[in-house]
Amino acid sequence: MSKVYETVIGLEVHVELASKTKIFCGCSTAFGGAPNSHTCPVCTGMPGSLPVLNKQVVEYAIAVGLATNCSITQYCKFDRKNYFYPDNPQNYQISQLYLPICRNGGVEIETAAGKKTVGIHEIHMEEDAGKLVHDEWEDCSIVDYNRSGVPLIEIVSEPDMRSAEEVIAYLEKLRLIIQYLGASDCKLNEGSMRADVNLSVREMGAPEFGTRTEMKNLNSFKAIARAIEGERTRQIELIEEGKKVIQETRRWDDNKEYSYAMRSKEDAQDYRYFPEPDLVPIVINDEWIAEIKARQPELRTEKLERYKKEFGLPDYDAEIITGHKKFADLFEATTEICKKPKKVSNWIMGEIIRLLKENEMDPEDIKFSPVNLAKVIELADSGAINSTVAKEVFEEVFKHDIDPDKYVEEKGLKTVNDAGELQAVVEQVIKDNPQSVEDYRNGKEKAIGFLVGQTMKAMKGKANPGMVNKILKELL
Amino acid sequence: MRLMSLTAVELGKKIKAKEVTVTEAVTAALDAIEAKEKKVNSFVTVDREGALKRAEEVQKMIDDGTLTGPLAGVPVAIKDNMCTKDLLTTCSSKILYNFKPTYTAEAVENLEKAGAVIIGKTNMDEFAMGSTTETSAYGATKNPWNEAHVPGGSSGGSCAAVAAEECSYALGSDTGGSIRQPSSFCGVTGIKPTYGTVSRYGLIAYGSSLDQIGPIAKDVTDCATILEAIASYDKKDSTSIARDDLKFTDALVDDVKGLKIGIPRDYFGEGLDPEVKEAVLNAAKVLEEKGAVVEEFDLSLVEYAIPAYYVIACAEASSNLARFDGVKYGYRAKEYEGLHNMYKKTRSEGFGTEVKRRIMLGSFVLSSGYYDAYYLKALRTKALIKKAFDEAFAKYDVILGPAAPTTAPKLGESLSDPIKMYLGDIYTISVNLAGLPGISLPCGKDSNGLPIGLQLIGDCFKEKKIIRAAYAFEQTREYEHSPLA
Repeated sequence: MSKVYETVIGLEVHVELASKTKIFCGCSTAFGGAPNSHTCPVCTGMPGSLPVLNKQVVEYAIAVGLATNCSITQYCKFDRKNYFYPDNPQNYQISQLYLPICRNGGVEIETAAGKKTVGIHEIHMEEDAGKLVHDEWEDCSIVDYNRSGVPLIEIVSEPDMRSAEEVIAYLEKLRLIIQYLGASDCKLNEGSMRADVNLSVREMGAPEFGTRTEMKNLNSFKAIARAIEGERTRQIELIEEGKKVIQETRRWDDNKEYSYAMRSKEDAQDYRYFPEPDLVPIVINDEWIAEIKARQPELRTEKLERYKKEFGLPDYDAEIITGHKKFADLFEATTEICKKPKKVSNWIMGEIIRLLKENEMDPEDIKFSPVNLAKVIELADSGAINSTVAKEVFEEVFKHDIDPDKYVEEKGLKTVNDAGELQAVVEQVIKDNPQSVEDYRNGKEKAIGFLVGQTMKAMKGKANPGMVNKILKELL
Repeated sequence: MRLMSLTAVELGKKIKAKEVTVTEAVTAALDAIEAKEKKVNSFVTVDREGALKRAEEVQKMIDDGTLTGPLAGVPVAIKDNMCTKDLLTTCSSKILYNFKPTYTAEAVENLEKAGAVIIGKTNMDEFAMGSTTETSAYGATKNPWNEAHVPGGSSGGSCAAVAAEECSYALGSDTGGSIRQPSSFCGVTGIKPTYGTVSRYGLIAYGSSLDQIGPIAKDVTDCATILEAIASYDKKDSTSIARDDLKFTDALVDDVKGLKIGIPRDYFGEGLDPEVKEAVLNAAKVLEEKGAVVEEFDLSLVEYAIPAYYVIACAEASSNLARFDGVKYGYRAKEYEGLHNMYKKTRSEGFGTEVKRRIMLGSFVLSSGYYDAYYLKALRTKALIKKAFDEAFAKYDVILGPAAPTTAPKLGESLSDPIKMYLGDIYTISVNLAGLPGISLPCGKDSNGLPIGLQLIGDCFKEKKIIRAAYAFEQTREYEHSPLA
């Protein structure tokens, strides 16, 4: 490649809002449930049914808009987007085109390249569609409308990003803000946060943008990074070969690490948008905005300062823990129970992050209860179990959310502090390992470590290592 | 006693006084249907079994004092575009030939709470698109005054059923005149309330921003009583309005002294049948003699109402009717290859010509590149029409004019010339665009013996003024039963 290219990226991010009921009816938004069990005439598009806007959805959208420095459209409306597909029971989606609820915002991101602001063009509210299930046995398709009418916001960025790192930083920033607001859990793998990537390349310094493509089906940050790299390379190759990039929607296949054309601009649908006549315009006055602002929960920067001040956490710990809403929630809940902030922080920074990495999990996937983490900390701290056993017990908590007290009791993992019992075992170890005893007596200090290990092994790890050391030295 | 010749309120009184049982009233209606349906074809579905069962339940509730209202036990017919739980609701379309709703429309539920007994669902123009009830997939309804003529539409089945005395009263819906025009053609009375007064929840939408449900009956007293029962604030309908002035029967007063009535000159120009003109102007004279102040004025923009209406109503309809696709309910083509083909064949076979025409028209005006030129312009026209009415109502309490330019045309005359049919809506359509209330009531007959309708239009939320004027006029004449009654 002789020329230098710049990648220009804009994102369309769909976020499923955390309201308990759907955007236009009272049905539950809970994940799962038997097919079509969370439905009513409204979200199944029954003739004669009418939508009624869920106020909570508007409030979440405003909260996200405020936290991303958008201006709020104080007279906003819904529009119908018309297209035929069976997952869309009315064959139109209620969305916002002409007057989206938030406009002209932006968030600051930081990467190795430095700080920059990514502009937000608009945020609009809309309803999710149902799910098509293809029955291979019956050779037919069936529809589950449980997701139909689940509230979404779509956050449309400006084409301000230039690399995968910036895209990831932007997404992480959005996710953190939205999670802190409690507006969504933002799980990429469960689809409560979905990002479509609009990407084009141009020669460095060129005044105009190149032709862009839109990429869909990106289910993880890793997939997004790979897809950006793949698409950038594909477009540059086309240009270098003297071919043209076609404006089209492409589907990323993360297993094959390649994207496939879904539809081009030529066969793009005419959605025949028009104002939704079944809903009245939403008038958002200054008082309402002020109320939502006042209710805004503590965001990251404030939390960070508080952790340092209130709990005396070091900068590094506070940074990492507030970096994930789940970590911060876990930290606060556990500290509330055991009143040992630094210990809780150590567990998060140590074992929890290690186990997440080992199991390729995101902090959002943490399932165990803070009560059980607090119990492990108590057990370890009181000396009831030693640190090795504590780690072992915690792994069970992490995986199966077991009750540590019961588990330690049932497995007999309590540290043995009985000197008499320990002495007997140590004597046996000395007897069984004459070579190591000899080495130790000849000045090989390290040999004692082996003997301690042997004792611990014989005690199945439950011995108090300090006591074992002491007894060994005495006997030797 | 000829129970079906009574008004709804009269029959209700007899039921309350135990002179008539609910079962007797309902049986009388069912017998009338049995005897007349071959000639008039007002009904798509008659629920004989359900009505008789319900009659007994209602009787019990009357006897134990649970039901005391004026409509308790009175048999009603419902236009077939209002959802009735477990009872066939077809919109007179093949595409909903087997559709049984899972819930009941709010307006119908309000009637049921008032003790109404639903005897069946009435015929209509398919999806309320038409002015003659000839676009029904289940055959045209005939005019009870002369079976060679149409009953008007789209609530033709409801109006014909009332005129033929197959029910005591009926519910209709009005998007561009669909209650008032057939009421006029059938010699009965009908009200289109202010937009937002009666819940649209459960009304299968044609033009969502224009549709309103309203009563159709023999006289103004019935209509005011029924409207009082069906009007309610419904939080399931976002366009529903909370009103505290719903006691419409308070306006049943024979006094129009000082009432300012405006007659738009534009409503009496070219295209108006001279006999209709004479009868309507005569009605104005009658009201003037009773003390009303009658004055002519110019209501501008009348000629723009029809194009604006057809753009808005069809645009909304093209989207509203998208859900009828063969996937979830109703008709599905027998043979098809793949999803796209299933949609195409189902909708091609399931919808009639007029519905397809309007869906295509609506899809066109919403298409990218045409939206501004048609839909937005129509919305602006709508706003201007509303403004013109606002100015008129600054001067007048009531606007008086014909409900339709002619009396009922012959069957088959209108279908060949849709433009002519569309122009027949000229006096009713602007009322829907402006969201106003309007009433149509009989004011005479033409030389062929066909009824002529008088239309009174009120300002938003001023139903009481038009009810009062209509009631006062009605006191000067006798109700004329149709030959089929």
